[in-house]
Amino acid sequence: MEVTLTHILFLSTSLFFIGMYGLFTRRNMITMLMAIELILNSVNINFVAFNKYLYPEELTGVFFTIFIIAIAAAEAAVAIAIIIHIYRDHKSIDVEDSQDMKY
Amino acid sequence: MTTTKIFRAAVFLLFSLMGVAGLYFWMHVEFVAAVQIIVYVGGIVVLIIFSIFLTQEAGVEMPKATNTRLIFSTLASICGIVLTTLLIDQYAFPEISTMALDASPNNIGTNMMDYTEKGYALPFEVISILLLAAMVGSITIALKSKPEEV
Repeated sequence: MEVTLTHILFLSTSLFFIGMYGLFTRRNMITMLMAIELILNSVNINFVAFNKYLYPEELTGVFFTIFIIAIAAAEAAVAIAIIIHIYRDHKSIDVEDSQDMKY
Repeated sequence: MTTTKIFRAAVFLLFSLMGVAGLYFWMHVEFVAAVQIIVYVGGIVVLIIFSIFLTQEAGVEMPKATNTRLIFSTLASICGIVLTTLLIDQYAFPEISTMALDASPNNIGTNMMDYTEKGYALPFEVISILLLAAMVGSITIALKSKPEEV
């Protein structure tokens, strides 16, 4: 069987919704961050697959993927800094426990 | 369905990111696969594991999610998967081009530094400034605040 664009899109769809499931069920900030990484990865797979199968004469999808990876790295660094700061103040990284800015 | 041991979750994440890198290798975009391994596996997962050690007492299990939340998120995810899968399955993509994608590091680098209208020099500059701002911001946030001087 030949693997086509549709099969790769199925894979990235399931990866996206596994990440979404994790984001919905987890209440721990670090695991929610992991779920967001999964979602970003599924988007990257989509960009590379569209670039390779539909428009192989350009490199737009590959560049988008590289830029998204850079943004994901920056986002993870800032998120972990915030998480460590919250842990110092509250001794907990559960999202239900950090409600200082809620009202 | 989700593991209650956070360290195991990090290791599973590591393996799924390696799997995505393998998919990139299979699609012959070796440069992106290498970037994926270096940045995600070598950078982000290590950062996550360090922050687990810093914020979690070793061996403490996370509380399980409540049943209503489990049911509704399973429902939402499965509905989303089914809907998107049906949409992808029925969509007729234009004819698949048989041309090979030239994603060699040489070609990527030439395009990245190109400042004509087909190049990506401006996004590259913007992403550099964003990374710098993120570094400075995270250092500022994570700094220990000094005790108040009287």
